[in-house]
Amino acid sequence: MPEIRALVIEEIEAIAPDVAPVTIGDDEDVRDALDLDSMDIFNLIAALHQRTGIDIPDAEAARFVTVGGAVQWLLENGPG
Amino acid sequence: MGVFTMPSLGADMEAGTLVEWLKQPGERVDHGDIIAVVETDKGAIEVEVFEAGEIEALLVDPGQSVPVGTALARIAGDGHAEGHVSDDAGIDTDKPPAAAAAAVSPPEQKRPPRIAAELRASPAARTLAADRGIDLAAITGTGPDGAIQLSDVESAGVQPATAHSNGVDPSAMRRAIAAAMGRSKRDIPHYYLMHRIDMAPTLSWLSKYNEARAPAERLLLGVVLLKAAAVAVGDFPDFNGFYKADGYQPSEAVHVGSAISIRGGGLAAPAIRNTAEHSLPDLMKKLRDLVARTRRGELRSSEIGDPTVTISSLGERGVDSLWPIIYPPQVAIIGFGSPRTHPWASDDALAIRPVMNVSLAGDHRANDGHRGALLLRHIEELLAHPEDL
Repeated sequence: MPEIRALVIEEIEAIAPDVAPVTIGDDEDVRDALDLDSMDIFNLIAALHQRTGIDIPDAEAARFVTVGGAVQWLLENGPG
Repeated sequence: MGVFTMPSLGADMEAGTLVEWLKQPGERVDHGDIIAVVETDKGAIEVEVFEAGEIEALLVDPGQSVPVGTALARIAGDGHAEGHVSDDAGIDTDKPPAAAAAAVSPPEQKRPPRIAAELRASPAARTLAADRGIDLAAITGTGPDGAIQLSDVESAGVQPATAHSNGVDPSAMRRAIAAAMGRSKRDIPHYYLMHRIDMAPTLSWLSKYNEARAPAERLLLGVVLLKAAAVAVGDFPDFNGFYKADGYQPSEAVHVGSAISIRGGGLAAPAIRNTAEHSLPDLMKKLRDLVARTRRGELRSSEIGDPTVTISSLGERGVDSLWPIIYPPQVAIIGFGSPRTHPWASDDALAIRPVMNVSLAGDHRANDGHRGALLLRHIEELLAHPEDL
């Protein structure tokens, strides 16, 4: 879980280097807290897909607007 | 023979500072090659050349600030001059002394060997180094020919907490926006139209399209809006072009600028050239790249200099409508509000639909409200059949 959280933060910092370093609560909406837009969320999901190999359906994109939501979803749907 | 001049990278730009030459006398250039980096209020811009040929002489030294239109380089062309390259006639004859020295270089001269004074570094690397106060000469490049890349600078020092993390100076950008928008509101007789569109067909097509694809292959609604606007203004030339001293000149090409906000304040509206000719997946790739580079302050001259019309899209989390201000010398700007579910009368029944407000600001010197209304209706039709875009 801490590793997955670190991974999500790392990818947010990679897609939006202008907001790094990211310190954000698990339940904060990244669109409010970091001013990320739909393009940033798109890039985040594409990056997490590439890093983890887990397919993230478009319909689940809404879960990825908080760090906690993204971590939870990846834990629930990751391998093993 | 052509002369490469300091391009106008927006209506508000009067002068630019040449930061670096990326080509040397004797080197060949092709249409679209990036040959120099110019510093402007919008950050460091990579400047492209629109003539094929061989560089004969560089006329301006790095560090010099010169007015728009000043001759920067002479190119022995093998094609017709276009874009920022003009014919020899009527050019600035007061050339800096560098011209004489450069002009005697043998034409077939190869690129000189890399010496310390001639550091090769990407614009992003240069910008970051300047932000962090790092001397590029102290960095070992790992890129092609030892060029210094962004990652080399990143690993070279720790960023101070106060530095801007992109190449954009917010106060300079604010001044540039103020100049352009002040001029627009002073000179352009704006009129405004707004139209509500049922977005159900567009959004259901989009979610089907995305469902079957891996994350990186999906599309954002913004790309569909961009393409629809591009196709529509292509059919309405009175909204696609430039109003200058001699009146309105429609543009045959459609280069739609997209207003892109920069976190912390400011925005830029760079264009994707020939927007309507690209497929939706291609446009998506280009827009992703453009947004990333805008926010890093790494735009190219053609993207900044020649949008023929602009769109401003509020995205998912904005408000219902916007009344945008035209970027001179353009004559129209199209605004897309955030889609929201609303009650919608449909065949004598009330339905709940995703509805989006599309607005248009037109320049009354170039077009009028009747045509503007037809343009917005045309966008509505195009969005109802996204599979054809």
